[in-house]
Amino acid sequence: MNRVSTASGPLLEVENLRVSFPGRRSELRAVNGMSYSLYPQRTLAIVGESGSGKTVSCRALMGLLPQAAVVTGSARFRGVELLGLTDDEMRRHRGTNIAMVFQDPSRSLNPTMKVGNQIAEAVRVHQRVSKAEAGQQAIELLRLVHIPVPGRRFHEYPHQLSGGMRQRVMIAIALACRPKLLIADEATTALDVTTQAQIMDLLLELQAELGMTLMLISHDLGLARSCADEVIVMYAGQIVEQASTPQLFARVRMPYTQALFEAIPRLERPSHAPLPVIGGRPPDLSALPAGCSFAPRCRRAADDCRATTPPLAEHEPGHRWACWHPIETPVA
Amino acid sequence: MTSGAEPLLSVRDLVQEFVVRDYGGVKGGVVNAVSGVSFDVWPGETLGIVGETGSGKSTLARSVLQAPRPKSGAVVFRGADLVTLRGSSLLQARRHLQMVFQDPFGSLDPKWKVRDLVAEPLIAYRVGDRAARRRRVEAVLELVGLDPAGHGGRRPRELSGGQAQRVAIARALAIEPAMIICDEPVSSLDVLIQAQVLNLFEQLRAELRLSYLFIAHDLALVKQVSDRVAVMYLGKLCEVGPGEAVYRQPLHPYTRALLDSVPGAATARPAAIRGEPPSPVHPPSGCRFRTRCPRAEQRCADEEPAMRELATGHSVACHFPLVPVAEVTVRSEERIGETPR
Repeated sequence: MNRVSTASGPLLEVENLRVSFPGRRSELRAVNGMSYSLYPQRTLAIVGESGSGKTVSCRALMGLLPQAAVVTGSARFRGVELLGLTDDEMRRHRGTNIAMVFQDPSRSLNPTMKVGNQIAEAVRVHQRVSKAEAGQQAIELLRLVHIPVPGRRFHEYPHQLSGGMRQRVMIAIALACRPKLLIADEATTALDVTTQAQIMDLLLELQAELGMTLMLISHDLGLARSCADEVIVMYAGQIVEQASTPQLFARVRMPYTQALFEAIPRLERPSHAPLPVIGGRPPDLSALPAGCSFAPRCRRAADDCRATTPPLAEHEPGHRWACWHPIETPVA
Repeated sequence: MTSGAEPLLSVRDLVQEFVVRDYGGVKGGVVNAVSGVSFDVWPGETLGIVGETGSGKSTLARSVLQAPRPKSGAVVFRGADLVTLRGSSLLQARRHLQMVFQDPFGSLDPKWKVRDLVAEPLIAYRVGDRAARRRRVEAVLELVGLDPAGHGGRRPRELSGGQAQRVAIARALAIEPAMIICDEPVSSLDVLIQAQVLNLFEQLRAELRLSYLFIAHDLALVKQVSDRVAVMYLGKLCEVGPGEAVYRQPLHPYTRALLDSVPGAATARPAAIRGEPPSPVHPPSGCRFRTRCPRAEQRCADEEPAMRELATGHSVACHFPLVPVAEVTVRSEERIGETPR
């Protein structure tokens, strides 16, 4: 974790980002007005359930959404607007400025191509270098992500590598052009717990070494707690709570964050103790309820919650939440 | 919870191997998926099995169910050794041993309606007449928190992940089993839904006095539901003990490493263990964890550690367990000094 001064200005500024997918009868609103700033060399975790809009919002930054998606708002990367760039302009951004690591390495890698060549390919897309030179860089990158005997692994195919190794190769490809921002979309979810710890350690180590900014997309609040500087919690396409990690876990304010936090089985909990659960399901994104989208499942919901949407406001320095009736007592 | 005079399920020296074929069907090697696993599950008890991918925990579950049959060993369930049974006697013996799989959409026929899916085991075992079966289906759906009228007529794709897993559980419960084997039953669900299904498992256990063999890779999740926990590595059990004891004071270095890898602890994490599990085609000699173990010595390579009980009900298969026993006290302490932490 890096504690770098925030005086240098944000690397990424997202303002009122909205993504919707128009359908025949109704439109599906996947992201509904998301605003945040990300400062250089920080680690931001975006946490939420499936369908909360965390992946879609990041793919919008990379221009990786399907043609049908309607993206509005603004996302400035070092002052340059990312939304509305042409494919060519976007391609120059990807890789050098922002790179992404996806959840399932076996589906992101080409099974018929040697892993070394796949890394070299990424190098050559962005740099005018010879094949041999790119191959040398690929071996360097394999070494950077701690793959033993990189010279030999270069000539292997994805199926010859374990899941953790494949994810390392994916990271090597993402790092090929030394991006300033690396987005890891559930990068460790498909991995075993020991491998997951190794990959997270690698990401944090590379972040410090290369001075990268890291964005972790995850459903796992525990992972966010141990790796991120700052956490954003999303529900139904909106940010419902945002704070620095110590601040958030010292005092969770939004009932949804608390529900998410309590529902995770934890090692400290005694066996067989019933988990506190909330009923219901996330709302249908094509027919969002009026007022707070979490209100139908919230124990603290009152009439004002169902009438008007609470704004995401900075109620305490550095701690933003969107709730009319936040939790006052600190969580254990 | 060691109530009852004899265990409900008793597994002894279970071995399962698969032959890998090279080009042209030549025998390429043998995958030692499960290598001599023994454990007991008592009535009303939940035994949790944790391990990484490829540790053989799913193969273990399937071998217990004789699907496919294990290479050797004994699986005594309610007094009958399933390994020796054939045909209808196996079918009848297995009636009280049901299974819930990881992906409900993969295990439920997408063309069937929920009420037919739940009725299928009743028909297979020729339980009752049509009316009795319908009553049973309704009762079981109620039990798992589904609405027989509303959900009964739907097809799996019209259900959410949590609801579909409830259907899979209802199917397992329909013929009143004594024990359910759960293989990663909540891994494909979101946290909030996962908590609901875990609570359902607990509620059913209390109401129906069920036993579970609960297999998962998530340590905290296994702790949540289990009375006793077994840790599996590369086809062998390395530690078995009461849940609280295993988590509070792990004896095997591998258990310690697994616990240290769990993210979310408020304090900084210690270094993760290095490397990756070796191939089960060529498992290491002696202790199978020795190639990644910070405490490994020559003895670990020469001699396979036997399972021994160090505290009541808490056993470990390790020459140098983390809690020093009289015989190894001095050497363990020496080792701790050298171990890079």
